[in-house]
Amino acid sequence: MSDITDLSFSELKKALQNKTLSSTETTAAFLDRIESLNPELNAFITITRDEAMQSAKKADTAISDGTATAYTGLPIAHKDLFCTDGVLTTCGSRILSNFVAPYDAHVVSRCKAAGLVSLGKLNMDEFAMGSSNENSYFGPVRNPWDTSRVPGGSSGGSAAAVAANLTPLATATDTGGSIRQPAAFTGTSGLKPTYGRVSRFGMIAYASSLDQGGLIAHTAEDLAHGLGLIAGHDSRDSTSAVQPVPDYTELLNDSLKDKVIGLPRQFFDDRLDTSMHNAMDTVLDVLKSLGATTVDISLDHVAEAIPAYYVIAPAEASSNLSRFDGVRFGARADKPTDLLDLYERSRSEGFGSEVKRRILIGTYALSEGYYDAYYKKAQQIRRLIRDDFNRALASCDLIFGPTTPSTAFIIGEKTSDPVSMYLEDIYTVATNMAGLPGGSFQGPLVSGLPTGYQLTGPNFGESIILNAAHRVQTATDWHRLIPEGL
Amino acid sequence: MSLTSDHVKRVAKLARLGLTDAETAEILAQLNSILNLVDQMQQIDTKNVMPLAHPLELKQTLRADAVTEMDQREKFQNTAPQVNAGLYLVPRVVE
Repeated sequence: MSDITDLSFSELKKALQNKTLSSTETTAAFLDRIESLNPELNAFITITRDEAMQSAKKADTAISDGTATAYTGLPIAHKDLFCTDGVLTTCGSRILSNFVAPYDAHVVSRCKAAGLVSLGKLNMDEFAMGSSNENSYFGPVRNPWDTSRVPGGSSGGSAAAVAANLTPLATATDTGGSIRQPAAFTGTSGLKPTYGRVSRFGMIAYASSLDQGGLIAHTAEDLAHGLGLIAGHDSRDSTSAVQPVPDYTELLNDSLKDKVIGLPRQFFDDRLDTSMHNAMDTVLDVLKSLGATTVDISLDHVAEAIPAYYVIAPAEASSNLSRFDGVRFGARADKPTDLLDLYERSRSEGFGSEVKRRILIGTYALSEGYYDAYYKKAQQIRRLIRDDFNRALASCDLIFGPTTPSTAFIIGEKTSDPVSMYLEDIYTVATNMAGLPGGSFQGPLVSGLPTGYQLTGPNFGESIILNAAHRVQTATDWHRLIPEGL
Repeated sequence: MSLTSDHVKRVAKLARLGLTDAETAEILAQLNSILNLVDQMQQIDTKNVMPLAHPLELKQTLRADAVTEMDQREKFQNTAPQVNAGLYLVPRVVE
C-alpha cells in the first residue's frame, strides 16, 4: 500500500470504513508530514497537533462503538479566515495576529459535527486580498511544484497543503478567484459554490456580496463529499439560500452524452498564452470523447468584470474592515495620544499595503460626489455580466475556459505592480459577479507546471460541474500527478 | 481623472488610516494606476440598466423578535486589548 498521505479524501473514507486504517494513524501521518514540510512551504499558520490527536482518538472510539458518521475521523484543515473556537484565527493579518476566535464558523461547526479532524489553520493573503499569497503577514506560501513560484491566492495555503499531501481536504474561500486560481496553480481541484450555497457565518468578511466558502481537494469526488457536509441553509447568514442539498456524489458518473459545453470566445483570444490554449484544447478533446458537444458563446462584458470588481470589492471591504479599530479585538497601537490616534495607528500598523490600497480605493469610490461614477456604474455592469451568463447558459449546460492566463509565476514577479496582479483573475472574477458556481480542475502539465480548466454552471448546478470533472478524471491521470521531490 | 496627494490624505482620514508622507506618495501612484483600470468601465453604455447589488436578489428574511443570543460578554471581551468592569477602554474623549 502507498503512504497514508498519498490517499485522497474518498480513498481515506473507504480505508476508515473498512477499518484498514484508524483515524489516529491517519491523523498522525498527516501531522508528521506537515511538521516535516511546512518549514519550507509555509502552508500552515497554526498546527493543532494536540487537539487533532484528541479528536482522532474520539473518532476511533466512535467508529468502534458504531456511533460514527460516514466521515468520522477524516482529516481536514481550514483556511485561517474561518473562525475556530479557541484556536488562533489571523486572516493572514497582523491586526488579528493575536485573535483567538470565541466561536466556530458555520462551516467549521458542520465539519466538527460530522466528526472530521482539523489539523490546523492555513495561510492566505491578508483578508483574502491577493492572487499569490505574497500578501500574508506570516510570509508567502511556496508552490510545492516549484518552491520559487507562488501557489496562487488568496487560498494559497489551502491549495499548497493539498498539493503537497499535507491534508486531503481544505476549506477555502473565493471572492474573485481565490479558490480556482490557486487550485489551477497547484494541480488540485477547487470548487466555489453558488453564492448563498454555503453559510458565511464566521467567515471574516472581505466583500460580502461576492465572498463564498468552498473547498480544495485532489478530485471532484472528494469535493462532492465535502460540499455535502458544508452546504445548506443557516439562519445566521441572511444571504444563505433556502435550497435543498442534493447528494453531490449521486450524479458523478452520469454520461456526458447529452451535455452541451459553451466556449466563450473572449476566453480564447490572444490574451491566452499559446501553451495554455493547447492544454485547454487537450481537455476539450477528452470532454468530446466522453460524448459532450460544444457550442460557441459570447460573454460580451467579461472584459469589464475586473474594472467593476475593483470598485465593488474594495467598496464592500472598506465598510467591512472598519470593524478593526483597536478597541474590541485585535492589535492596538502602543500609547495612543487620543482616540483618533488609536484608530489611525492601530489600522496603519495592523494592515499590510494591499489591504490599505483597497480600503482607500473603496472609501474613495463611496465618497460624496463619486458614488454614481464608480459604485453605481460598477453595479450596472454587474447586471450586464449576470445577464450575459444567463443568456449563455440558456444554450449550454456548462461554460468551459482556462482558469488562469498562464501557469504559476515566480515569487516577487508581480508585487511591484498591483494592476498586473489584478489581471491574473480575468477568467474567474465574472463568475463571482454573477454569483454562479465555478470549479477548477487539473489539465495537462505545461513545462512541468500544472494547468487548470474552469467549469462554470447554472445557479445551484454544482452537481453538473462535478459530474463533468469526475468523468474527465476517470479518463485521465492529470489529477494523480504529484510534485517531484516531495 | 487622477488623484492628488491631497485626495489621498483626505480619503485616508475618512478611512481612519494613518499614512506617512512617503507612504502617501507611493500609494498615490498605485491608486492612480488602479483608477486607470477602473475607468475602463466608462466605455460601457449603462443607460437604463438597473444596478445589481446582489447576485441572488433575495428578499430580506425576517425572524421572530425574540432573544436568541446568550450573554457571552466575558468570553467576547477576552479578545479585547483593554477592558474594565465589562467596558471597553479607549483614551479619554470627554474632559
